[in-house]
Amino acid sequence: MSLKDTLIPFKAWGNLVKKPVTLKDPMREGAPRYRGFHKNDVDTCIGCGSCEAICENEAIVMVPAEGIETKDGDSGLRPLVDYGRCCWCGLCVDVCTTGSLSLSNEHTWICEDPEELKYIPGIDKKPWDEKEEGWKKPVPNYHFYGQERVSMEEMEAEERGDSFIEFVKGYSKEQAQKEADRCVECGICVATCPAHMGIPEYIKAIRNDDIEEGMRVLYETNPLPEICGRICTHKCEDVCSVGHEGDPLSIRWLKRYIADQVPSDKYKEILDTQKIYKGDKKIALIGAGPASLSAAYYLSLLGHNCTIFEKLDKAGGMMRYGIPEYRLPYDQIDKDVKYIESLGTEIIYNTNVDAAKFMELKENYDVVYVGTGLHLGRSTAIPGSDHEHVFQSIDLLREITEGKEIMVPEKVVVIGGGNVAMDITRSIARLQKIKYGKVGVITTSLEKEEVMPADREEVVEAREEGSIINPGWGPKSIEIEDGKIKGLHVVRCLSIFDETGRFNPSLDEDDKNFFEADMIVESIGQGMDISYLPEELKEKIEFGPRGRINVDDYFQTSLDWLFAGGDMIQGPDVIHGIANGHKAAIGIDNFLNKK
Amino acid sequence: MSLLNIETDRSKYPVKGEDGKLQIDLDSHKYVKLWQGPNHPGVTGNMALELTLAGDEIVESKTHVGYLHRGFEKLIERRLFVQGLPTSIRMCVAEPDSNEYVYSTCVEQLSGIDIPEMAKWIRALLLEMARLQALLRVVPGQGGTFALGLGVQWGVYMRELILDRFEELTGGRVYHMFMTPGGVRGLLPGGFKKRMEENLKEIDQFVINIDNLMYSNSVFKKRAIDVAVLDPSWIDKYGAVGPVARSAGYNRDVRKDYPYLIYDQLDFEPKVMNHSDIYNRSRIRWYDIQTSVDLIRQIMAKMPEKGDIKAETPNVLHWRIPKGETYVRSEASRGEYGLYMVTDGSDKPRRINLRGPSYTQAVALLQDLLVGANIADVAAIMVSLQTCPPEIER
Ligand SMILES: Cc1cc2nc3c(=O)[nH]c(=O)nc-3n(C[C@H](O)[C@H](O)[C@H](O)COP(=O)(O)OP(=O)(O)OC[C@H]3O[C@@H](n4cnc5c(N)ncnc54)[C@H](O)[C@@H]3O)c2cc1C
Ligand code: SF4
Ligand code: SF4
Repeated sequence: MSLKDTLIPFKAWGNLVKKPVTLKDPMREGAPRYRGFHKNDVDTCIGCGSCEAICENEAIVMVPAEGIETKDGDSGLRPLVDYGRCCWCGLCVDVCTTGSLSLSNEHTWICEDPEELKYIPGIDKKPWDEKEEGWKKPVPNYHFYGQERVSMEEMEAEERGDSFIEFVKGYSKEQAQKEADRCVECGICVATCPAHMGIPEYIKAIRNDDIEEGMRVLYETNPLPEICGRICTHKCEDVCSVGHEGDPLSIRWLKRYIADQVPSDKYKEILDTQKIYKGDKKIALIGAGPASLSAAYYLSLLGHNCTIFEKLDKAGGMMRYGIPEYRLPYDQIDKDVKYIESLGTEIIYNTNVDAAKFMELKENYDVVYVGTGLHLGRSTAIPGSDHEHVFQSIDLLREITEGKEIMVPEKVVVIGGGNVAMDITRSIARLQKIKYGKVGVITTSLEKEEVMPADREEVVEAREEGSIINPGWGPKSIEIEDGKIKGLHVVRCLSIFDETGRFNPSLDEDDKNFFEADMIVESIGQGMDISYLPEELKEKIEFGPRGRINVDDYFQTSLDWLFAGGDMIQGPDVIHGIANGHKAAIGIDNFLNKK
Repeated sequence: MSLLNIETDRSKYPVKGEDGKLQIDLDSHKYVKLWQGPNHPGVTGNMALELTLAGDEIVESKTHVGYLHRGFEKLIERRLFVQGLPTSIRMCVAEPDSNEYVYSTCVEQLSGIDIPEMAKWIRALLLEMARLQALLRVVPGQGGTFALGLGVQWGVYMRELILDRFEELTGGRVYHMFMTPGGVRGLLPGGFKKRMEENLKEIDQFVINIDNLMYSNSVFKKRAIDVAVLDPSWIDKYGAVGPVARSAGYNRDVRKDYPYLIYDQLDFEPKVMNHSDIYNRSRIRWYDIQTSVDLIRQIMAKMPEKGDIKAETPNVLHWRIPKGETYVRSEASRGEYGLYMVTDGSDKPRRINLRGPSYTQAVALLQDLLVGANIADVAAIMVSLQTCPPEIER
């Protein structure tokens, strides 16, 4: 053993003159990324529960929180964290759909009561609530689920511009499954969907490649999936949690994907409706739009006999006679309708129900249900609007469906900024393209571009197809020369609603414009036509503020044998009609059972 | 003849019986049974050694485990793939990052996911940091087994410096959970490299100090040299890996033999020695500290400045993996650390099984290596094999 080896360890004594390295109280701050106690911006949080779903320790439960209301897009729940379980992984933060959840860098907390170590971050105030530091969702490009929507194949503008063929192609299986994978299964959409469809369930069925299960889920709440899968106003997508940081789920296209996979002849087998019980109760339904079709479907399943009386020669109502074929092909309407008919519902076409017929139905049926929609076009009533070449959009759209030849001059002006205006704009553009090889439509609305009620994609696509969308003008008069329309005079519209929120456009009379036209289409809304209700009944029916028939939660009017649903009550869109019809079917069944 | 009638010439017993087994008759008063553990300051964690002593010499030894079983493998089989990560790390407290790496890589391999370049560099950095902090504990810890506690105090401080960097980078000190399946959870924070370099400089000095305190120390040498010599022929028989194998002349290192992440872009030669006694098994880890320090420097110099940190993965809330199986290995400070994963098309693993160095080295190898050793050397031998009971039990 060398002397060196004996002495060298004593070098350690050198440490005596060094500064100590131990930490003193108070404890030092956690690092800026430290994973300490939770914080939640409860106003941004939507209560989607993804944090609860990911937590491997079940340290999070979603609970009602004081001061938080349940509303569209917000479950009203907030996460409660239990530090007896939490392991500070922060996966809850990484998955949070809104980015509201984070962790502070606070890591010491001493208390006597272990129950205190459970709290609702953001609601139960904590000293670290205001702390900037702590773990946040990683950036950039760090995601726990797909942010981008799987794009849908569509025909290019040149290809679709002169054709009424459906231009949205539909998802392939791979695309649908990829899109379905993005769903976080929060169910926020279910509450917002007027029909409360089982959205996460049918999306899950797509992921599981179980189309039959998907169909069963769809039909629980919606008997028109081919239709809704194409043209639904998809309010669900507006509230989709995934939409807070990325693109919302393409819920509508996924619904279409399921329905598209199943041939008509398989429906009864999948939905287990080969044999359904039929009782002796009879229901007359007026109008073959979605409101009646949906009611008839669920009434059939409940064992009732339904007969629909329809004015026109095909079923579907505005879905067929309003919505253009390039968005909703007629064979898809037929597919949904035929299945409903196959369960025993009879549709009697070309039967306009008037007051006399109405009374006859009342006599011969146990219940009458009305779903006659909104079929009266509204006029601007500006000078010249009574000219024979001023048309209502819904009349033209109906005539196009009926195969009638409508007037298609080279220059057309459409007044209106909603989706119906876009439908007529794009339909006329197509007819012009076919007839003249070019498009000459100008569409103008009171609303400025940012607040036009039409869907953004409708405006973009209409422009792609060659139409001019020139919003923000108030129509003044139609110029007529030698009995022929020359065009539309407009002035700048500054605002539409006054301070009290009433419709009262304010116009700048000095800022003028003139749109040349040979024909003008008005598309500024529709009204209800209930002239079929006999006067003596009208007196007995309760009406609401805007001339609407009053109904209860089950769409029963003040006359117990009379039910009403669809556009005339709520909406206007297809899914409200479906939801109303479903609810009404339950109401009617209850009413009949009590009788 | 001594007072207690104990035979002082121990070479006489125990003898082998006709069946070839040692004849140990406790009633003969020649032997004493002694349990070291499951709770014992000389045992790193909870496990027990059932020792049979003749005087203070061990004539037979058996390793007993089962005191620390938490069922992590089974727990993970009941969790979504993303949820398995925070559970997996707990299988080895001393070096949890290896668990993160093998777990996430299994998930990625079975899903056919390639992680971005940047994530690979950060993972390698984390793994070297993890190795370093583990070694900063175990290297001076060897001194601790001979009651030389000072180095342990230094090591704890040095380790804390690395934990500071872990905290800064990952948000956690001991458990980091930073390598989520698909990548990592962040880039290096600003100024990280500078602060790391300052720490590494302190560790450079620590390496010298430890050499003076331990490896040049006559007492340490006396206790460690030529004690519990491991015959090289035992390495493969017992499945010994890492520093234990390298101290016995086996040039084995997963980073070299099956390069993963970005290890093929780094310049390093793991130390190999030719006489595996306590001294060299400990000393080789002292060299490993230096290799790790050097690798951290290389990684920080060579890694890209920017880049994606995570590949696109399926939605973690319903990530399903088709039927398959894989084994992912890595080199932990103790040697080959691997995870076998079987998937069945569902959103949870069908089976996972961890292969850790302690399982082979601290169960079979340890009990045989202890025979002939002195009772006072048990703790030292155990640490020289870098025993980690949590990793044995899972
Ligand atoms: C151009 C246009 C585009 C639209 N686009 C969409 C869209 O993309 N998505 C969406 O969700 N909604 C859309 N809508 C709205 C949607 O079509 C309606 O909300 C829905 O069809 C209303 O359903 P309903 O059953 O209440 O009435 P309707 O669909 O209007 O059906 C009423 C039926 O009753 C019949 N009827 C009326 N009076 C009588 C009578 N006296 N006797 C017998 N039959 C009668 C009518 O002929 C009609 O068939 C659009 C509407 C229009 C006009
Ligand atoms: S940090 Fe991890 S363990 Fe804690 S609540 Fe969040 S997900 Fe659960
Ligand atoms: S994931 Fe985020 S938004 Fe959803 S409930 Fe949790 S904290 Fe709120």
